[in-house]
Amino acid sequence: MSAEPTSGRISLTARRKRYGERTVLAVLWLCAAVSVFTTVGIVGVLFFEAFQLFRIPGVSIVEFFTDSAWRPFTDPSSDLFRIGVWPLLNSTLLITAIALLVAVPLGLGSAVYLSEYASPRVRKTVKPALEVLAGVPTVVLGFFALTFMTPLLRSVFGTDVVPIFNAASAGIVVGILIVPTIASISEDAMSAVPRALREGAYGLGASRRHVALRVVFPAALSGIVSAVILGFGRAIGETLIVSLAAGNLPPGDLPALNPFQQVQTMTAYIVQAVGGESPRGSVTFQSIFAVGALLFVVTFAINIVAQRIVRRFREEY
Amino acid sequence: MNQRTSAQLSEAPATGQEKAGRSVVFDVRDVSVHYGSAPALVDVSLQIRRREITAFIGPSGCGKSTFIRCFNRTNDLIPSARVTGTIEYHGQDLYAKDVDPVEVRRRIGMVFQKPNPFPKSIYDNITFGPKVNGMKVDLDEVVETSLKRAALWDEVKNKLKDSAYSLSGGQQQRLCIARALAVDPEVILMDEPCSALDPIATSKIEDLMRQLEDDYTIVIVTHNMQQAARVSDRTAFFTAEVESDHGDHRFGRLVEYGDTATMFSNPTDRRTEDYISGRFG
Amino acid sequence: MATTTQERRVTPVHDLRSSRRRAVTEQMTRAVLLIATALSVIVLATLLIDILRDGAGRLSLDFLTSYVSRFPEETGIRAGLTGTLSLMALVALMTFPIGVAGAMYLEEFAPDNRFTRLLEANINNLAGVPSVIYGLLGLSVFVYILGFGRSLLSGALTLTLLVLPVIIVAAREALRSVPREIRDGGLALGATPLQVAARQTLPAAMPGILTGMILSLSRAIGETAPILVAGAIAFRRADNEPWYPLEAYTAVPIHIFDFVKRPQQEFQIEVASAAIIVLLALLLLMNSGAIVLRNRYSRNR
Repeated sequence: MSAEPTSGRISLTARRKRYGERTVLAVLWLCAAVSVFTTVGIVGVLFFEAFQLFRIPGVSIVEFFTDSAWRPFTDPSSDLFRIGVWPLLNSTLLITAIALLVAVPLGLGSAVYLSEYASPRVRKTVKPALEVLAGVPTVVLGFFALTFMTPLLRSVFGTDVVPIFNAASAGIVVGILIVPTIASISEDAMSAVPRALREGAYGLGASRRHVALRVVFPAALSGIVSAVILGFGRAIGETLIVSLAAGNLPPGDLPALNPFQQVQTMTAYIVQAVGGESPRGSVTFQSIFAVGALLFVVTFAINIVAQRIVRRFREEY
Repeated sequence: MNQRTSAQLSEAPATGQEKAGRSVVFDVRDVSVHYGSAPALVDVSLQIRRREITAFIGPSGCGKSTFIRCFNRTNDLIPSARVTGTIEYHGQDLYAKDVDPVEVRRRIGMVFQKPNPFPKSIYDNITFGPKVNGMKVDLDEVVETSLKRAALWDEVKNKLKDSAYSLSGGQQQRLCIARALAVDPEVILMDEPCSALDPIATSKIEDLMRQLEDDYTIVIVTHNMQQAARVSDRTAFFTAEVESDHGDHRFGRLVEYGDTATMFSNPTDRRTEDYISGRFG
Repeated sequence: MATTTQERRVTPVHDLRSSRRRAVTEQMTRAVLLIATALSVIVLATLLIDILRDGAGRLSLDFLTSYVSRFPEETGIRAGLTGTLSLMALVALMTFPIGVAGAMYLEEFAPDNRFTRLLEANINNLAGVPSVIYGLLGLSVFVYILGFGRSLLSGALTLTLLVLPVIIVAAREALRSVPREIRDGGLALGATPLQVAARQTLPAAMPGILTGMILSLSRAIGETAPILVAGAIAFRRADNEPWYPLEAYTAVPIHIFDFVKRPQQEFQIEVASAAIIVLLALLLLMNSGAIVLRNRYSRNR
């Protein structure tokens, strides 16, 4: 196919072999779109199955959001049956609050130290350690909560104050779970602050403490806020630690603020109810999805809020 | 490789007279290139003739690289690029709607400024082109022929399975030339092919260009005037301008175009003379 | 502006020592931050030491080759090991082609329009969904609607959906790191974008893609919640094999969950610790493999 212009036109139009390519590209597109199918599937399934719950006679969606007791295992027609989700939601929020109380100081403290104070040698040992901590499966942390943290709390505060299943053990360990998340994202944000900013501050006679806390920290604020919010989201969705250490009995009196009581989070309920292998169509089975739908909405809302906040902080900076 | 008969390949180098009568491969008329709204090159018209070496020279920012990329539709790869005007390749509009850029690039090859061999063996680098184009050829033969034509065969014939990265910069560039030759193009575009190489490697490639000229049409962009003077038959000189009615952007214009010997000894335009004598650029 | 010598003498100008108070605050700040950092490391160390101390005694070949039982001395995690390995085999088989294909599309061919951005945002959002919700998806769709039941296949499919966004992101990174000149060179030879992507970009990115896959799979190994909800059982006294995907199944983390929940002290602490050691060893193996792969790859270039 020499391009000698000896006769006629040279064809520069496409040759036939390209048709197969279009099929391949379509397949590639489909694979990328699997994620869309996943999202659609999650939303569809959760809300469809949740909706099935409220079609069962005796189960009212109004009660779901307003009642203050959660006793779904009896027959809906009996007086003992209560379907208010607040105890579960309360438990989730209590544990998350404890977790953040632990994780934010530890995580941000580590981030500031690693970013502004630590020598390269310290950084080389600590950062991998944090990564290892991040890689520990949550079931192992649940084990740690029940077999180490709980006895510890019971010996410090007394066994009559701290029951075996309590929110504090689980909350503290969930906090430990999210420390690496908060620390590494915050540290990245702080490292990204330009050196010139630091040097300017040092040049004005600021101490390291000033530079770290008054220059770098505010400059990295959008990244830090998103780190905390991401940690928050992870804490809310945590399942294993709370299943093993926090208990399976939702609190009776709301609001439940005592950390040393047994609680049951939304995620722990899902695990408990699934274990019973109740048949499809039953109250128990469908209630799992109603709780799951609520969990999804909450975490989704948090993600949206996080993105909004990050965007706004970024503009101000 | 089968299509070129040995008779054609061993034609004696053409004399200046014969070259003057060469047929036109590219007919460029009023071509401008814009990136978004900013012009890069404005109103260029010239012709590229068969089996000649045409050089584009000019100061930086004059659009010569942008221009050469029009000839094999590489500008298509930049989303904001817009080419207006006409480029005809043997009478066919290169930018017509039904023209397939992939076909264009098979016939009009390109060698880049920085040698970019694939992270594969020398052998596989050369056979890639024929394979993807479905050329029914003896691969071993193509490899040998291409490497010989690129003056690289003797240096690599015993290590064809070695990685291309084991070669020196100059050898890698000759490998890229061999790779381009393997798909049997008519035209070879070279965008500053020697600027990343040392003087010895450069001179080897310049020798290579003169050899290849017998069989291929070559267009080169160079910032080295002496190279253009040494190597090319025709030269096009571009300049970089800033004009207020084009939005204060720096863009390129063709200033002068003609026989190299004439341009360098007796340029028509004052700006050409200034550039060539080193007064600017 | 006349001032007396008396008023000008506040601090000796040539004294460059920092004030005592400032030094103390600096040291205190440093100490507090150091403690915060050290605490995480200490917790990790405590966790690992505890587990090793409690579980090492139980580790033996018998532990790996026996099934669970009511008696702690006779309990082993064989069923879980085979289950975990089978799950991983199936998940790898499914996520590799889909993940690589999806990443190739997004990185090499997707036009820069709203739909593509939606696709990318979607993948990022999925990473923030709690893993237990994937379990719910699996329970409804794979176990019931598609009728696979509480089987190995349902578990593997659930984990695939969980891990796929991570693999796509990792594969995209690997593809992105292939230098542009390789693509340009391929296109200049008259290859179509698909040919260049398949024959040049993808092979060049493969070590990075494999590293990402191994890391993603190692994360999936430790995931308990999704398969717990999608139907994994704890008390299984038979092996799992990937070529019998419709069987009931268990996995090592499921065993751990079960052991910790049992009332007996030996199960809760010693047997669980031993199982945890096995799980962590598996993770260590996979992560080291990925690191070795990554190092060998960067040496070759």
